[in-house]
Amino acid sequence: MTVHAKPMIATPQAMHFADALPLQSGASVRDYTLAYETYGTLNADRSNAVLVCHALNASHHVAGVYEGQDKSEGWWDNMIGPGKPVDTHHFFVIGVNNLGSCFGSTGPMHTHPDTGKVYGADFPVVTVEDWVNAQALLLDRLGITQLAAVLGGSLGGMQALSWTLQYPDRVRHAVVVASAPNLTAENIAFNEVARRAIVTDPDFHGGHFYQHGVVPQRGLRIARMVGHITYLSDDVMNEKFGRELRDAVVGSATGYKYSTQDVEFQIESYLRYQGDKFSEYFDANTYLLITRALDYFDPARTYGGDLSAAFARTAAKFLLVSFTTDWRFSPARSREMVQALVDNQRDVSYAEIDAPHGHDAFLLDDARYMNVVRSYFARISHELATPSALATHTGGAA
Amino acid sequence: MTHDNLVAIAALVPQGSRVLDLGCGDGALLAHLQQHKACTGYGVELDDINVHACVQRGVNVLQLNLDLGLSVFADQSFDVVLQIDTLQHLRNAETMLRETARVGKTGIVAFPNFAHWPNRLSILQGRMPVTKRLPYQWYDTPNIRVGTFKDFEVLAEKNGLQVTDSFGLQNGQRVNTWPNLLAGTAVFKFERN
Repeated sequence: MTVHAKPMIATPQAMHFADALPLQSGASVRDYTLAYETYGTLNADRSNAVLVCHALNASHHVAGVYEGQDKSEGWWDNMIGPGKPVDTHHFFVIGVNNLGSCFGSTGPMHTHPDTGKVYGADFPVVTVEDWVNAQALLLDRLGITQLAAVLGGSLGGMQALSWTLQYPDRVRHAVVVASAPNLTAENIAFNEVARRAIVTDPDFHGGHFYQHGVVPQRGLRIARMVGHITYLSDDVMNEKFGRELRDAVVGSATGYKYSTQDVEFQIESYLRYQGDKFSEYFDANTYLLITRALDYFDPARTYGGDLSAAFARTAAKFLLVSFTTDWRFSPARSREMVQALVDNQRDVSYAEIDAPHGHDAFLLDDARYMNVVRSYFARISHELATPSALATHTGGAA
Repeated sequence: MTHDNLVAIAALVPQGSRVLDLGCGDGALLAHLQQHKACTGYGVELDDINVHACVQRGVNVLQLNLDLGLSVFADQSFDVVLQIDTLQHLRNAETMLRETARVGKTGIVAFPNFAHWPNRLSILQGRMPVTKRLPYQWYDTPNIRVGTFKDFEVLAEKNGLQVTDSFGLQNGQRVNTWPNLLAGTAVFKFERN
């Protein structure tokens, strides 16, 4: 007999902040809103909070479904929820939408309080550090001084890492999945191709397309197609699509149409479908902002590139996970972080999962990956029941 | 590794040591050292199931392939580097021995002693040994390096390692007399010269 557990119901919430948030660039944002969701119950001593940071195309809707919408699962619903690896029976989980996003928190399509006009391209450049500062303000409002854990994959992993550097005494554990301590030249190059696709779309209008009543959908489509290529491994793409044709021409020996513009290969069809879907809901300015935040993230930069020196201020315990076929943020990038943590004698465990799916693996259900995260969170849960284990955590920064 | 042998090896590790356990398996030895000797450090392990077991136990584990070297660890960054029943699985066992001496102030190596008398007897009878300590057939053994107590003495000498303690281990007991003949496990504690 299969028991279908009732899905967890998620309720989006919003917190308004009147005061200006100073940004790394020197600019600031005021009168902004952060969209967030919470799952589970905050315990009496407020020690069981877990913050989940999102990557490029995700939001505060991490887990559960919205009332009456069965198919509206959060983007990490396989990881977070009752009985899931991050078990909401034990943890109070918070998902926050980042500033500059297009899913609820203040972003480029909202009104600039100084001008009364839509921000558009005037939305200030935000960094990973800025996001973390905003998340910290939200936690203040929720009355959470210290997180049991901060968790994220890819760009979300960078935020988790940045938490341990910006607020070392506010994080007991950091779980950093399929991430990197900065982007490589190749990573930045892919971002730049995506940005050029958007910016050179005639419908972009210098980022002020809203007032023209158009959306640079062509640019967004291509940006997404490029992105998708980097999320998959060569093997999985070959396995899924190979050289399969969409509609082979009957009677032709090769099956080709001998056209240069028809969608013929399945991979073309898949990429166009992903591009079309994305261009209908994602904001072009948000795409530019988020890819720039990725480019700029580099905590070792102020330490002359010495990651070990940068990590000296961390105090959290770490779990790092990478996937062997991820060429966007390869295992070698995670090993750099492992080395820097080992140099500082930090508690760290590292799992290198031999999964075929490339970067996307961090969102999928590989049992080895899920089990490691589940067991790691079970240990954290065990610590919650042992108050002395909590007391030993002291901030690494003077 | 039996529990008795594990306890005997743990006895070689000083209280409060910073430990690196190469090929740490399910983390039992590290967990023992954490609980009974206030040690800290990491295990290195390749196998997925063992990595998970370590996380379950609350032992720091790094999933790395030892045959690719120990480049993530700095010189002399550990008090003790353990290689317990690991050497025999490594393609570049000699490199790893040198790396052990580079990374650790003290190295402790344990491996099945192929010259233990039941193995000799088996070879005399013309067959590769299959024992409790070496339970595999010649065609399916994961032990790609078979060596003896005496062989290791030669290798240690060749690599400029100063052996500070060595003995055989049989049923959790130290074997100091004729260890090459009388012990199933060879144990060496060494430092870099």
